[in-house]
Amino acid sequence: MSFLSYLINGISLGSIYAIIALGYTMVYGIAKMLNFAHGDIIMVGGFAAFTVVSTMGMNPVLGILAAVAVCTVLGVTIERVAYKPLRGASPLAVLITAIGISYLLQNVALLIFGSNSKQFESVVKIPALKLADGQLSISGVTMVTIASCIVIMAVLTTFINKTRMGQAMLAVSEDKGAATLMGIDVNRTIAVTFAIGSALAAIAGVLLCSAYPSLTPYTGSMPGIKAFVAAVFGGIGSIPGAMIGGIILGIIENLSKAYISSELSDAIVFSVLIVVLLVRPTGILGKTIHEKV
Amino acid sequence: MKMKNVKNKITIQNLITYAIVIAFWVFIQIWSMAGHMTNLLNGLLVPICTYVILAISLNLTVGILGELSLGHAGFMCVGAFSGAFFTKAMADAIPSVGVRFAIAILIGAAVAALCGFLIGIPVLRLKGDYLAIVTLAFGEIIKNLINVLYVGKDSQGFHFSMKDAASLNLEGDGEVIIKGAQGITGTPKASTFTIGIILVLIALFIILNLIHSRTGRAIMAIRDNRIAAESVGINITKYKLLAFTVSASIAGVAGVLYAHNLSSLAATPKNFGYNMSIMILVFVVLGGIGNIRGSIISAVILTALPELLRGLNNYRMLIYAIVLIAMMLFNSAPKAIEMRERMLEAIKGKKRKEAA
Repeated sequence: MSFLSYLINGISLGSIYAIIALGYTMVYGIAKMLNFAHGDIIMVGGFAAFTVVSTMGMNPVLGILAAVAVCTVLGVTIERVAYKPLRGASPLAVLITAIGISYLLQNVALLIFGSNSKQFESVVKIPALKLADGQLSISGVTMVTIASCIVIMAVLTTFINKTRMGQAMLAVSEDKGAATLMGIDVNRTIAVTFAIGSALAAIAGVLLCSAYPSLTPYTGSMPGIKAFVAAVFGGIGSIPGAMIGGIILGIIENLSKAYISSELSDAIVFSVLIVVLLVRPTGILGKTIHEKV
Repeated sequence: MKMKNVKNKITIQNLITYAIVIAFWVFIQIWSMAGHMTNLLNGLLVPICTYVILAISLNLTVGILGELSLGHAGFMCVGAFSGAFFTKAMADAIPSVGVRFAIAILIGAAVAALCGFLIGIPVLRLKGDYLAIVTLAFGEIIKNLINVLYVGKDSQGFHFSMKDAASLNLEGDGEVIIKGAQGITGTPKASTFTIGIILVLIALFIILNLIHSRTGRAIMAIRDNRIAAESVGINITKYKLLAFTVSASIAGVAGVLYAHNLSSLAATPKNFGYNMSIMILVFVVLGGIGNIRGSIISAVILTALPELLRGLNNYRMLIYAIVLIAMMLFNSAPKAIEMRERMLEAIKGKKRKEAA
């Protein structure tokens, strides 16, 4: 029974990683950049929801909406101010700028909210589900997290395959130049991608803080890195890959915490990543790119 | 004749780089003799040397080899712990701190080189962002492993454990040297600014000579066009591994210097985590990828900047972040580059007119 409960918690944690990784992977697929500031957008989402729910005492649903709104605007602004001028510059320059943005967000949060950890009030009020005569208890947050992950995945897949915007995204990620020639507004497509990625980060932030209720300006960085690992694990640029990568990562992390050692769980997660990449150098679902001479 | 000219040019450029480092040392000596050194500045000198060494060694991987590494702090960590372990463990056998420190530096370099070699074999098969993430992963694994490592010493020799100090089964007179997450305490403070500068010069000597040798040219050929390099018979794996190993080993030296500047050494996310690796990368990118002298200057400025802004308290890291973003935009944005060129041309045009 305890194994099952660890497994379910792992899937729940993995679902959070998966939602974050979706943002990473979409931005990578389209803008070909590693958005290191993505993890800090999670933190901003957490603080936005915290301000609305705990400080102003409003409805949790409003808190989630506020977090999504703040992060979407933030994501698009960051893209417009910091990344757009660098289009065409070396990928390393963009990477360092993203790191700069990450420092900026952390320090702004530090100035506003201080370095003490805040007790985040869970936005999920559903009671825990008791199964098998109370031996297996699944908390409300866990259920909501897994459910929202499935919903997000379904909506995102439909969006990309059925709408014009989604098709435009696929086209831009495939070949920017050709997409421009076909009349696709590349800048707008990239902006929309950032908006979606950041909105997902906000949701992930609220879920993360509901499950692990301590919020500091650095809350986002480790889950951000783990989600990045998950995205690479599944094959960066691939949406189902991010999902699978995230969930597998969450399960491995939780099981190794439970059965091997909680200090070594990160090392185990990273070792699995290395092994996978050595066997499949572009991740589980990544496309193999053939090199032309 | 032409070849000789090129060689002379390189020698002069290299000498200028050494001269800058020596001039910095002389300047600090005069400055402190004049009594202008504050405690804050004094405390910064060894870290500056550490970061300069780290930046130039990472530049070898990122700039010369052309592979993005996000795990450089891992090699520094290995060097720091192996060096500090040696000076602690040999305290009775070799009483002179100076001799122990010198051997510790060699040991740190050797252990870090070994790690770089072992990690390099699998890592260098990957490309681009995948390589970056795997180096990041290795850096985190090293930090994690050191955090659970316990090593003790008694009359029977060394004892290792991954659980806790009690499971070392030490005899009564035994001493625990590496205490898991607490790390190593009581390392002698042997690092001085002068030693730091000497190490910087040695690191520079190794790297500059490597770059301008036949080997260095082979490494740069791989960076510029791997397939072309392979087709003229350059052994890709060998040269890649060589550059990566040298880079790791020099980072290990920086680690030993770092460890002997602190009385207690622990592997926290702050000093050996990916944040540190990223900080070193920032030095390299801001200084100019592949430009060794640029790395030195940017490492000095960016290490000193947050400390000099200390008066601004909480705002200093904010300012650091804004400066970083602004500099990146100014340096790399295609529009900014165009604007700079136009301005340069305008100035040149004016001069030409005046001359005419």
